[in-house]
Amino acid sequence: MFQIRVHGRGGQGVVTAAEMLSIAAFEEGRHAQAFPSFGSERTGAPVVAFCRISDREIRSREPIVEADAVIIQDPTLLHQVPVFAGLKPDGYVLINSQHKIGELGIDEFAASRRVERFCSLPATELGVRHIGRPIPNMPLLAGFAALSGVIRLESVISAINSRFKGQVASGNISAAEEAYRLVKEASC
Amino acid sequence: MLKQIEGSKAVAEAVSLCRPEVICAYPISPQTHIVEALGEMVKSGRLAPCEYINVESEFAAMSVSIGASAAGARAYTATASQGLLFMTEAVYNASGLGLPIVMTVANRAIGAPINIWNDHSDSLSQRDSGWMQLFAENNQEAVDLHIQAFRLAEELSMPIMVCMDGYILTHAFERVDIPVQEQVDAYLPSFEPRQVLDPSEPISIGAMVGPEAFMEVKYLAHAKQLQAIERIPQLASEFRNIFGRDSGGLVRTYRADDAETMVVAMGSVIGTIKDTVDEMRDEGHRIGVLTIVSYRPFPLEQVRGALLHCRRFLVLEKSLAVGMGGILATDVRMAVTGAGLKGYTAIAGLGGRPIFKSQLHQLFRQAEKDELPPVTFLDLDRDAVNRQLERERQTRRSGPVAENMLHDKGIVSAKFG
Repeated sequence: MFQIRVHGRGGQGVVTAAEMLSIAAFEEGRHAQAFPSFGSERTGAPVVAFCRISDREIRSREPIVEADAVIIQDPTLLHQVPVFAGLKPDGYVLINSQHKIGELGIDEFAASRRVERFCSLPATELGVRHIGRPIPNMPLLAGFAALSGVIRLESVISAINSRFKGQVASGNISAAEEAYRLVKEASC
Repeated sequence: MLKQIEGSKAVAEAVSLCRPEVICAYPISPQTHIVEALGEMVKSGRLAPCEYINVESEFAAMSVSIGASAAGARAYTATASQGLLFMTEAVYNASGLGLPIVMTVANRAIGAPINIWNDHSDSLSQRDSGWMQLFAENNQEAVDLHIQAFRLAEELSMPIMVCMDGYILTHAFERVDIPVQEQVDAYLPSFEPRQVLDPSEPISIGAMVGPEAFMEVKYLAHAKQLQAIERIPQLASEFRNIFGRDSGGLVRTYRADDAETMVVAMGSVIGTIKDTVDEMRDEGHRIGVLTIVSYRPFPLEQVRGALLHCRRFLVLEKSLAVGMGGILATDVRMAVTGAGLKGYTAIAGLGGRPIFKSQLHQLFRQAEKDELPPVTFLDLDRDAVNRQLERERQTRRSGPVAENMLHDKGIVSAKFG
């Protein structure tokens, strides 16, 4: 079982990100469960969504306490919300930011961790450039695929095609491809 | 066909496959996505012939369902929480008149304090309404129960609520096998009403009944539910033959052989309980699970049969009979009357309070050691409760409880995220 938390703010598509991640995992024939946090979304308020991926049926409904990965859509949450709570010692961290990991003020936390599993990605900028809107979701999922290897880029693209059509789909796909490449090439 | 799909969307697909002829609903979270999806299907012509009726309230939603069903249409609606309360008078009329309406209840707490999140207070408040109530463990079962519900409701000419946990199931994306139309058609014959309002053969439905016959009419509703106890396992078995999977039934046991402690529950929390029980079994604990699928009719004999071999049982329920304790637990205790078992009740998850495996581990171990009081409140913040009680002792004008509680807990408004 691989457990992912997505942190962001209401309106950024946190819940959609978790859902799309579950669809990508499903495309690979795996079991996946995505669900929102037990709270209403308000634009701008901190929001969290969850995704579990497993090769067996997923039965537990508890919110994810011990995460294998956290995806942070908004770096301003880093010092506001305990986004790293329960992150496993060898967990993955992907942060939407133009800044390097070392510039985000989390050195103290990162020092005790496997820093090679930490990565930042300018996902909002990729969204603006490829989709024309500041939506970081699909680049982040592709970045997560590159960072963790838990899902494949092709599965993210399939998920995009299952949800979107036309230019929105093609824009998201090119943003995802660039994000994947950036993370693969980056020394985060 | 396997799909990775939101629970609400999956249920909308299932309802659509059942060929409803009239759908009406008033939007209320967390049920809204279901009827939205059905509305789109009707508008696009994918679900036809079917009339989608916009109504001005839940009271109207149930009233229109009653009218549609009395006119011989297969009628469907969905609601939750205060919406169910608002339609209550009509809910009783639907069952009293013997109209086989199927309604999804996306289980949600009842205010005040206003709260949109999950527990079982809403449908359990309609326990004695004469409607049957089936509880889904996951979204696959939510889909399957709707198909079985139309069949059972129409056979008996009595209405059914299919209950699924709000948000936890309605808003969860997971793998669901959506049946094909041929399978559903093979399982669910077209609706042949026992009574129908037909201008060419006029009748009235809904006579006033005095003391001379009222008890008999009410008893017949009871008799119908007793018939359902016979039919529900048969319909689940027929379902397995056509759809190839186990879904529904009255009760289910899990790792119950040789169990000394049995945990009894309904709905989606069963998944978390099963995972906890697996971990405890690995450590040698003799613990099992009894899932209640059919809350009404309540399968007294089957519950008794499933518990008789154990030493103690713990009913974990997302509902509270204020001033008494458990609601489900009362029925379970009735089922094992005289069996000499120790029984415990745990009230959990009210208003969407998450239920964690770590808490269940602790709770189940306490039960095993017979260290629990008769009624436990899982994760209750006693300090916060005591602060308010103290405030009430100190000050006559102690103020509104909900506001005080949020203030004491340092919460500006209801928790988001």
